[in-house]
Amino acid sequence: MGEWWTAVPTETSMGSYEISSISHVTMSPSRQNNLMSMYSSAGLSKSSYSVISAFCTEDNIPQCISYISQELASLGLSSTCIKASSPGGAGLDTVPALNAMYELLQIHRRNMCTLEELEKEQLKKSNTLEQMQMSNSRLKDQLELSIREKSGLHETERQLHLKIKTLQSCLKTEKDEVQKLQSIIASRASQYSHDAKRKEREAAKLKERLSQLLVERRDKKLAIDVLNSLGRSDGKRSHWKTTKVTASHEDEMYKSLLSDYEERQRALMLENTELKKVLQQMKKEMIHILSPCQPSTRGATAEDSQADSDGEEKAGDSSREMLDQSCEHAREQLTNSIRQQWRKLRSHVEKLDNQASQVQNEMESNNEVIPKEIHEDEMEKMRCEVQQCKEFIHTQQLLLQQQLNTSFDDETAALLNDCYTLEEKERLKEEWKLFEEQKRNFERERKNFTEAAIRLGREKKAFEEDCASWLKNQFLNMTPFTDRRSCSSSDGQSALSIRSEPEMRMSSTKAQLAKSLTYATVSTPKPTQSASVPSTAELYRTLRLMPDSSSSRHSHRGRWQESSTIEGGDTRVKSKTRVRCGNIFSLGEDENSLT
Amino acid sequence: MNFSELFKQSNQLCKVSPDGKYLATCVQYRLVIRDVSTLQILQLYTCLDQITHMEWASDSLFILCAMYKRGLVQVWSLEQPDWHCKIDEGSIGLVSSRWSPDGRHILNTTEFHLRITVWSLCTKAVSYIKYPKACQKGTDFSRDGCYMALAERRDCKDYVSVFVCDDWHLLRHFETETQDLAGLEWSPNGCVLAVWDSCLEYKVLLYSLDGRLLSTYSAYEWSLGVKSVTWSPSSQFLAIGSYDEKVRILNHITWKKIAQFDHPATINNAKAVVYKEVERRTAVGSDDLSLHNITIGTTLFNTQSKYEICPLPVQIPVVKPDPDRANPKIGVSTLAFSSDSRYLATKNDNMASVVWIWDMQKMNLEAVLEQTSAVRCFQWDPRRPRLALCTANTKLYLWSPAGCVSVQVPTEGGFQVQSLSWHGSGDSLILLGKEQLCLCFMDTDQEDKAHLQSQDGKQTESQEMDPVSTSEHHPPCTSKRP
Repeated sequence: MGEWWTAVPTETSMGSYEISSISHVTMSPSRQNNLMSMYSSAGLSKSSYSVISAFCTEDNIPQCISYISQELASLGLSSTCIKASSPGGAGLDTVPALNAMYELLQIHRRNMCTLEELEKEQLKKSNTLEQMQMSNSRLKDQLELSIREKSGLHETERQLHLKIKTLQSCLKTEKDEVQKLQSIIASRASQYSHDAKRKEREAAKLKERLSQLLVERRDKKLAIDVLNSLGRSDGKRSHWKTTKVTASHEDEMYKSLLSDYEERQRALMLENTELKKVLQQMKKEMIHILSPCQPSTRGATAEDSQADSDGEEKAGDSSREMLDQSCEHAREQLTNSIRQQWRKLRSHVEKLDNQASQVQNEMESNNEVIPKEIHEDEMEKMRCEVQQCKEFIHTQQLLLQQQLNTSFDDETAALLNDCYTLEEKERLKEEWKLFEEQKRNFERERKNFTEAAIRLGREKKAFEEDCASWLKNQFLNMTPFTDRRSCSSSDGQSALSIRSEPEMRMSSTKAQLAKSLTYATVSTPKPTQSASVPSTAELYRTLRLMPDSSSSRHSHRGRWQESSTIEGGDTRVKSKTRVRCGNIFSLGEDENSLT
Repeated sequence: MNFSELFKQSNQLCKVSPDGKYLATCVQYRLVIRDVSTLQILQLYTCLDQITHMEWASDSLFILCAMYKRGLVQVWSLEQPDWHCKIDEGSIGLVSSRWSPDGRHILNTTEFHLRITVWSLCTKAVSYIKYPKACQKGTDFSRDGCYMALAERRDCKDYVSVFVCDDWHLLRHFETETQDLAGLEWSPNGCVLAVWDSCLEYKVLLYSLDGRLLSTYSAYEWSLGVKSVTWSPSSQFLAIGSYDEKVRILNHITWKKIAQFDHPATINNAKAVVYKEVERRTAVGSDDLSLHNITIGTTLFNTQSKYEICPLPVQIPVVKPDPDRANPKIGVSTLAFSSDSRYLATKNDNMASVVWIWDMQKMNLEAVLEQTSAVRCFQWDPRRPRLALCTANTKLYLWSPAGCVSVQVPTEGGFQVQSLSWHGSGDSLILLGKEQLCLCFMDTDQEDKAHLQSQDGKQTESQEMDPVSTSEHHPPCTSKRP
């Protein structure tokens, strides 16, 4: 980048020098203007004007003209193009001047274009250069890295080599040690065995010596003292030690050995015969099993298998005959036939196994992954079926239409009508039922509403009465006989108010209400409105459709003062259920409105 | 099940005669002969010193009593109480004394195994056998009493000599391919002699009666080897217990291993039944806690126990042996076949409280008995597949294919069963304590009935039998007590 930037000014300065050298000859002030014109054409119009004004004055027009014509000629334009309109005058022949100007402009534009292109190219070049430099540096970095890596690997390799060497030396020393230890062990063992032998020999010698000494001493104590000798346990007399006796001992020994072997042989024989019996039995059963199922399973090879089994049976018979003889031949035959049979059985079992596995595979494929062919087959089948069904339906429809169109006699029409009417009737019935239900709901609601209205009216009346009595009291209190009135106010109240018991209750409930409304006043700023509040409470009640007034009031209180009573909980539940009821009713209303 | 009262004994010397009629017990320097059925004292012999060994002759007519310290052997006759015989080995010393199978010869091994002296009671003749080897089991008589195999050591090599017991004629003498022979044992039919090497090397050699080497078996190398060897009564199997906690069974035809029984610490073999002894303290009321009760005996401290069938898998307590000590407590040290060769009972030393019972027909684990304390001794009934075991407490334990029973021995004074042995008929058991003994009579008829009943329901739960304290059929002997 830097290089490029530094290169450009020198180039331009070169150009400028060239121009200036020319301009210098004639005009010194034009020097900078040319420079300026080289740079920007946009700036030319503004600055050049002032420059031109400086360049050409009223006085030096002919010089200017001549200069310009010279310049133009040097640029290769027609030198005669710019001439003074009148020789020696200040005017200028306009057409050639304009032409020259135009040409100059053209040249200038072309130059600008080329310059631009060059600049662009330069930019591109510089960009590519930059990229190249970047990639170059990157590659350099990579190279450096890989070189470093390589050296690291070299280092590790070297270390590993060292390690291997040390380990090898270790191994060698260990091996040496093992060998040494082994040799030590061996030498110790040999030493030990040698010592042991020596000790044993010594001990033996000592024993010998001891026994000799003891024998020589003729130990008096060494004796047997028997009252009278006993007879042999078998009642025989003892024998002399002769060769005959020793021979008989040998005989005895061999006899016992022989008898043992004989017994063993007998046992083996027994076992053998048992095994043979089992083999025979097995063979028979095998033949029995194989012969009936062979034709069915093999089919094509049934005949030769039959022949085989025949042959085998024969062989079996013969072997059975020869069993008693128990000669080599019979045994061979038996084992051969058994082997054959066994092979057959095995192949049969394998086949069965294969079948079973196939069946299982099918089962599995049904369960999990259906083989493609089966799947396609099935699909094809299904498609066929669907097609058939469609066709069937189509024909049915066609037939029905035909019947309707062609043979539209009264009977069928009546029948059809009947059908339609029946259906319609049914539908109407259902609708009727629905309507009835809705009606009933509506009725119930209305009843509730009227009840509530009646109650409201009654309460209003009571309130009015109360109000009147209160006013009366107030009025009476305002009279000069206050003290008398006050002491017997309660009495007066009871005496003055001629009320039935339910009304009494009403008043009491109203008092409660008033109490509860002290909380309500928070929301209602006007205490004077308290008279109208009970009616709103009633409205609440009616809206929530609470038949029991007292409980409704409780619930109200419960809502307002959450922790007021123990009953609060369940009353709230009650209220909830009621709310739900209300919803149902409202729904019913909606339905009504819809219908 | 009835129990007799306690009798005194010393050195655990108490043996029933081979014909099953008499019971001989040693009390210090006296030998007491009782009738097994009545427990009446029949004879009383007095020896010269405290008896250290006692043995019946095969014909049940004579008893030898050895006093090893004095180098003395005294023989008593049951038929002729006046008859006596005294053998003095003198200053050469005595470490072992035994009858020959004919009951007319006595074989005494001298100190340092210098020699074996054979004394004949018929002719008073003495013969010596030199170079006997001092090892685990250096001599063995064949079951029919014809032959005696003796391990010898000469010139640092092992030899086996086979003698004819009739006249002590040396029948065969051959060198064995062992480093250090540890033991030998005749097969019950007397035709094969099994010889095994010391524990340093796993090697079992099988020799024919005529000295031919039939087979050699070695399961592994470089580790402690054979710990115990036992023939099955049918001579079909040879069971080898080793330090690797396994039992290997060889067959008698090819002498190859046909089965291997591991003793794992965790049992999850679904075919096996694991019986676990569960102790339960008897509830004692506060008023019972009087001084009287405490002084009377151990009834207060005796806990009742019963077997419970554990659901699998079962973890068995294992004691890790000290590897730095010789003869580590690990491996199968005790093997016993039932009389019908049907079952094999084993004990692995690092699982001391457990007895394993293997089925030899199915070749798998049949039952595992996990006791609360270490098993001291177990023995099969000589007639039935029934195993009796004891764990040095006041209880007797019995196993049969039908189930498992724990029986409290109804005695006073803290009688602890240290060891036990069956009567030849399988009708009674001798329970040996430290200084006492007690006879336990099996009620065979009832037993059989119970057996039959329990056969229906394969594995009936282990029922606890209430011990009957006094025997009805066998009135306890109180007449003469030594």
